[in-house]
Amino acid sequence: MKKWFAWLAIAASVLTLSSCGYNDFQAKDEATKAAWGEVVNQYQRRADLIPNLVNTVKGYASHERETLEAVTRARAAATSFQITPEVLNNPEAFNKFQQVQGELSSALSRLMAVSENYPQLKADTSFRDLQSQLEGTENRITVARQRYIASVQEYNVLARSFPTNITAKIFSYPVKPSFTVENEKAISTAPAVNFGK
Amino acid sequence: MSHFSRLLAFCLFFLLAGSVQVAGAQDFVAVPTLTSHVMDQAGMLDEQQRRTLDQVLTDYETRTGSQIAVLLIASTAPEAIEQYGIRVADAWKLGRKGIDDGVILIVAKDNAKALRRLRIEAGRGVQGSLTDAQSKRILEDVIAPHFRQNDYYGGLAAGISALTSLLDRENLPATEKQEPAAQYDAAWLEVAVLVIMLAVFFTALLLVRRRTSSRNNLNSNAWGNAAGVIIGSILNEAAHRTGSSGRGGFSGGGGGGFSSGGGGFSGGGGSFDGGGASGDW
Repeated sequence: MKKWFAWLAIAASVLTLSSCGYNDFQAKDEATKAAWGEVVNQYQRRADLIPNLVNTVKGYASHERETLEAVTRARAAATSFQITPEVLNNPEAFNKFQQVQGELSSALSRLMAVSENYPQLKADTSFRDLQSQLEGTENRITVARQRYIASVQEYNVLARSFPTNITAKIFSYPVKPSFTVENEKAISTAPAVNFGK
Repeated sequence: MSHFSRLLAFCLFFLLAGSVQVAGAQDFVAVPTLTSHVMDQAGMLDEQQRRTLDQVLTDYETRTGSQIAVLLIASTAPEAIEQYGIRVADAWKLGRKGIDDGVILIVAKDNAKALRRLRIEAGRGVQGSLTDAQSKRILEDVIAPHFRQNDYYGGLAAGISALTSLLDRENLPATEKQEPAAQYDAAWLEVAVLVIMLAVFFTALLLVRRRTSSRNNLNSNAWGNAAGVIIGSILNEAAHRTGSSGRGGFSGGGGGGFSSGGGGFSGGGGSFDGGGASGDW
C-alpha cells in the first residue's frame, strides 16, 4: 500500500513539474546558452582577425600610431575579459562585457575610417581580404546578438509570467540580461555639424 | 478607482504602442516564397535567361546536393541588404540539414548606396572555401563588371559559375539519393523479424491452448486475452517503426530537397550565421 502511494506521488510530481514549466526552463535555458556561445564565438573570431589587420595597416600607415594602438589596447581589454557562465546571470558582468566589446568596435571603425585615406593600403589585396572578413564577422556578430536577444526574450517571458514565475523562483531561474544599444546617449543627442571652423 | 483608471490608461497606452510597432514591422519587405532556384522579382532577366540559370543550379543540386539560389528584387529598404538577407536565409533554409551547404545570391537593384545592392549569404558549411573574402571577390571582381554594363545575365552566370567552382573545392558529402531506399529496406527487415516472432508466438499459443482447453474454459479465455494484448502491442510497434522510418527516408530525400522541372523547390534545412559579403556595382 505504501509503495502504491510512493508511485502516485512520483507520477503527480512529474505531472505538476512539467505543467509548471520546469522542463520548459531546461530547454530555454539551454537555448540561451547555445545562443550565447555563438555570440562569444563570433567576438572571438573578430579578435583573432585584428593582429593581422593591424600589421597590414602598419605597413602602409605607420604614422597612424594612435589609432593602431587604440585598437590593440581595446583588443587586449576585450580578450582579457573573463567570460564565465555566470556572466549570463550577472547583469553587471554582462554590461562590462558589452562595454569592452563596444570599445573595440568603435576603435576598429576609427581604424577603417582612417584607412580610407591611404589609396595604396586600400589597393592591397590582403587588406581587402581582411576588411571583407572583418565586415562579415561584424555581420555575424549582429546576427548572433539578434538570436541571443530572441532566445533570452523567450526565456524571460517564461521566467516572468504566471504561473511559471513561481517555478523560476523555487528553482532559481532569474531573468537574464540582454543586449541593448551601447551608445544610447550618443544616439539621442544630435550631432553638432559645423562647416565654419 | 483613480488607481484603476490610471492603470487602465497605462495599459491602453502600451496596447496602442504595441499596435504601432506591429504596423512598423510590416513595412519591411516581405521574404518571397521559394519556388525556384532563380527568383526574379525585379524583371532583370527574360524568361529564357531565368530558365537557363535555374537549370544550371538545378543540375548542380542534383549532382552535388548543395543548394544555391538567386534572388533578384527591387529594393530592401528600409533594411540594409544584410538584414534582409539573413531573414531570407532563415526563411528558406537552403542547404542540406546538418551540412549547411546553402548559398543565396541577392541583388537589390534599386537600393540606395548605403544599403548595398549585392549580397552573398554563405551557409555555415561552405565557409571553408567560400570565405567572406572570396564572396567579396565574386561580387566585386566577377559580378560587378558585368552589372556596370547592364549585363545582368552575364554577371549572374559568371557569379554562379564562380560560386559552384568554389563549392566544389569544399569537401562536402555526396548527395544521398540512394539512402531513402536503403532505409526503407531496413524498415521492412524489422517488420519481417517481428512477423516471424509473431508466428512463433502464435504456434506456441495454439499448442498451449490445445493442451489446456479440455480442462478449463475460463483459463483459456484469459490466455486469449493476454495474447491479444501482446500481439496488438507488437503490431502497433511494427506499424510505428515502419511509419517513422519511412518518414525519415522521405526527409532524407527532402534533404536533397528539390524536384526538377516546374514543381516545388524547398530548402533542406540548412542554417546560416550571417557570413558572406555585401557589395555594389
